[in-house]
Amino acid sequence: MLLIRCPYCEMDRPELEFRYGGEAHVARPVNPMAESDESWAEFLYMRTNPKGLHAERWRHTSGCGRFFNAIRHTVTDRFVVTYKAGEPRPEVKP
Amino acid sequence: MTSFRTAQGGRIDRARTLRFTFDGQSYTGHPGDTLASALIANGVHLMGRSFKYHRPRGPIAAGAEEPNALVGVGRGGRYTPNLRATQVELYDGLVAESQNRWPSLAMDVGEVNDLVPAGVFASGFYYKTFMNPPSAWKDLYEPIIRRAAGLGKAPEQPDPDHYSHRYAFCDVLVVGAGAAGLSAALAAGRAGARVILADEQPDLGGSLLSDASATIDGLPAAEWAAKAAAELAGLANVTVLTRTQCFGAYAQNFFGLAQRLTDHMPVPDPKAARERLWKVRTREVVLATGAIERPLVFPENDRPGVMLASAARTYLNRFGAKPGARAVIFTACDSGYGAAVDLARGGVEIAAIVDMRSEANGPGIDAARAANLPVRTGAVVTGVKGRLRATGVEVGTIASNGLVNPAGQLSCDLVLMAGGWTPSVHLYSQMRGKVRFDAERQIYVPGDRASNEHSVGACGGSFGLADALAQGVAAGTAAAKACGKGATETAVPGVAGEILPRGGYQGAVPHHRDVRKVKAFVDFQNDVTAKDIKLAVREGFRSIEHVKRYTTTGMATDQGKTSNMNGLAIAAETMGKAIPEVGLTTFRPPYTPVTFGTFAGHSRGDLFDPIRRTPSHAWAQARGAAFEDVGMWKRAWYFPKPGETMHAAVERECKAVRASVGLFDASTLGKIEVVGPDAAEFMNRLYTNPWTKLEPGRCRYGLMLNEAGFVMDDGVIGRLAPDRFHVTTTTGGAPRVLAHMEDYLQTEFPELKVWLTSTTEQWAVIAVQGPKAREVIAPLVEGIDLSPAAMPHMSVRLGTICGVPTRLFRVSFTGELGFEINVPAEHGPAVWEAVWKAGEAHGMVPYGTETMHVLRAEKGYIIVGQETDGTVTPNDLGLDWAIGKAKPDFVGKRSLARPDMAKPDRKQLVGLMTSDAGVVLEEGAQITAEAAPVQGRPALGHVTSAYASPTLGRSIAMALVSGGRARIGETLYVPMPSGAIAVTVTEPIFFDKAGSRLDV
Repeated sequence: MLLIRCPYCEMDRPELEFRYGGEAHVARPVNPMAESDESWAEFLYMRTNPKGLHAERWRHTSGCGRFFNAIRHTVTDRFVVTYKAGEPRPEVKP
Repeated sequence: MTSFRTAQGGRIDRARTLRFTFDGQSYTGHPGDTLASALIANGVHLMGRSFKYHRPRGPIAAGAEEPNALVGVGRGGRYTPNLRATQVELYDGLVAESQNRWPSLAMDVGEVNDLVPAGVFASGFYYKTFMNPPSAWKDLYEPIIRRAAGLGKAPEQPDPDHYSHRYAFCDVLVVGAGAAGLSAALAAGRAGARVILADEQPDLGGSLLSDASATIDGLPAAEWAAKAAAELAGLANVTVLTRTQCFGAYAQNFFGLAQRLTDHMPVPDPKAARERLWKVRTREVVLATGAIERPLVFPENDRPGVMLASAARTYLNRFGAKPGARAVIFTACDSGYGAAVDLARGGVEIAAIVDMRSEANGPGIDAARAANLPVRTGAVVTGVKGRLRATGVEVGTIASNGLVNPAGQLSCDLVLMAGGWTPSVHLYSQMRGKVRFDAERQIYVPGDRASNEHSVGACGGSFGLADALAQGVAAGTAAAKACGKGATETAVPGVAGEILPRGGYQGAVPHHRDVRKVKAFVDFQNDVTAKDIKLAVREGFRSIEHVKRYTTTGMATDQGKTSNMNGLAIAAETMGKAIPEVGLTTFRPPYTPVTFGTFAGHSRGDLFDPIRRTPSHAWAQARGAAFEDVGMWKRAWYFPKPGETMHAAVERECKAVRASVGLFDASTLGKIEVVGPDAAEFMNRLYTNPWTKLEPGRCRYGLMLNEAGFVMDDGVIGRLAPDRFHVTTTTGGAPRVLAHMEDYLQTEFPELKVWLTSTTEQWAVIAVQGPKAREVIAPLVEGIDLSPAAMPHMSVRLGTICGVPTRLFRVSFTGELGFEINVPAEHGPAVWEAVWKAGEAHGMVPYGTETMHVLRAEKGYIIVGQETDGTVTPNDLGLDWAIGKAKPDFVGKRSLARPDMAKPDRKQLVGLMTSDAGVVLEEGAQITAEAAPVQGRPALGHVTSAYASPTLGRSIAMALVSGGRARIGETLYVPMPSGAIAVTVTEPIFFDKAGSRLDV
């Protein structure tokens, strides 16, 4: 079982307490009605799906309940860093 | 029967005798025996039949790697199949039986499989033999194969035992309590680290328990182990887990351990758990899992009486059980000599030591020569005589050109195999360590360190005892130091008298016999021979993972512990490649089988899944209600009177609600309190409807979409104050809706001042529905004017009922006048009882979810998840009226403007009337334009809800149909196995279209 560090609780907790929330930094457009069909479909459905470092959303559902972001390596499953929602994606090496 | 028990020695308690049976035959053994050692002491080697060929088999090993001696142990619900006799601890009264044979182990009809022409059971025989006709697979081939080739049978009674789970944390986990593990645990424990030491045996010591020649610090090896165990038991910071298999390594130093607590007891304490699953998180781990001796692959190497040299040593030295009277030792490794010397000393005649190597020298050979044991070098065993037990071997000599010449026969009842040692790198590999191929010794050993891992002793590729002890001390010290512990240093114990196991061989042993006619086994458990693997390679399988699956080598309960390296070597040789070029199959957990009970733990019976009960549960139970599961909830389904069918009960309940009044528990509805200065704006963004202008005290039907524009949930929402909404959700949708709300609130709209609280469990919801609903509750309510003018449909009021504070909603999911009385959950049963008493005079009936479903369908009210499936838009459901079109944005709004969402052929909600009013359609049934649907043409849609409607006196149905609203009046078909049912498309509302019954 993975250990995930909640940036709000500042603790490593077992993955059972968390729920995955999809790719991070996919911001909802401020004015969706101004978006073209193409750009809206891109926002809804297109994700990067990288082999390697992936910025993704997690929620500490059985803990503080907060959403936060993590950089995880999709090959090793290793969490490189977690950070609070709203913070920019940190520069990290694999 | 001749006893093969030695006169003295071994770790058995000769003062006590245990009785047990095997296949109905009575035997005796001693405490300390395993089932296998006790049988061998009784001269019994035949313990099983092989998987495909039903060949007679005996144990080849003495431990966890045993592939042949699989037995079923115990009676009734405690019967456990597929146990390795080599690991089953003997107790008085033990009952064991062999498997995969009929009618008996000695005379098994299935053995004819061994005589069928070569090739029938070759690699991939499943795929080749049982091809045609395809229809025969299910009814003919599969049942026969399952019966003929099964392993053990499942127990037929419920398991009477219970199982427990436990989390544990430590600084240093030591897996394996042989020489390396004991010294590591001592070093780490003395240094003050929190240590868990786990070993699958009842006693600590590992191979030291079978070692009769080496001394450690001047003590016999087993005595040193006992001393170490005693010291560890006295250290408060060390937890010793015996009978505990570490079966898997998982992410971030997490380990799964299965501890057997009662299986060795004749009469287990019924209060004690049978097994315990330990979930251990450790900082550092010392792997001291040892090595497994490899068999040699020569013809008839599977006959009972053929076993690993190390196993023979263990039976003799540890259990005082002589594995035979006259032995041939076939070896490619010095450890064969050590076994020969021990056996000779124990009274077993040594017919010959047959060494594949042309030259043999060293301390092992010297010891054998000193004992006058006959040694033949450059020689091989080319066959084994005997069927139920080995009676002799054929021997050959290897000429300088590599060919084998026959060199006579030797009689014997025991043939030992010493093919060298394979490190058990399973846990290292599961920790994502990368194994490295040691070309000189032709074995895989751990490469770079996996995270915080120390592989020591034989599992690290160091087979010597002195090395194991030294590495254990070093690793235990280093691991403790890494955890900040280093108080006491541990000296490395001194070793004398060990014989290093130099040498080894893998692959098929050369012989002179006709390869088409002999079977030289690689994988004993799956009956895979050397020629099966060669055939697989010839047929084009190149990946070792494919060769494994095609031939089944390395599969099943032993996972190839004794076979993988030989199989790999044969595949590599056939491909003309070096072993590391062919690769290695994955070391999957579990290392040995783990029972389902261990994984399930307490999650069985009532604890399998949490059960949620409504406030009226006991009341409904007392009235004989039938219940249905809705998510984790137990909901009253219908309330049958004595002798009444479900159909009759539902009809009676429906009619009563329409004619007078009914009582229904709606407490399972999800409830979320949305509070804050921006609550209305938040609701505007999360629901399709407009909320700004909704007056406090009024309710609205809310529709929630996901961002893709599809209906996600719905429910009635009451506004209690400008900054407070009482949101209800579907029963199953409550957690999903709250998570969805939290997601947007936290990540997209964090500027909104809103707080969300789940209140599902806080409110009991008592629905009173029917024309007389107001009359029923009026006498109980205080502080609320219930008159139609003061409290219209879709309103909510605060007041008291039966003296209890209430949020009283005037809402309806039946199409009748209705109230939903919300009271604090703890008052639910009392208020329910009071409402029931008040309603009896009005002919009130309790009703369940089935009646609720019928009544709402008559009115065309949808159920999210029944009329919707995640691809349905508000327009598809005819719910455009619920969309606040003037709102600039809400979740899902932009998606509704995508071209696909406006296509005329989308599936739309309609009603269906069968031409025969008595026929109720099946939910999920497909709908077509033709009575005889054309193959390849998609269906138009499907039935989402269908009921017999007591109100209409006929069947009704709702359906999603392509372009459905334009088809109203058309005849379509629902093809069923008994013929197509003609239906007329209608509006999806069947009763009181104007809604006049709500407005009273």
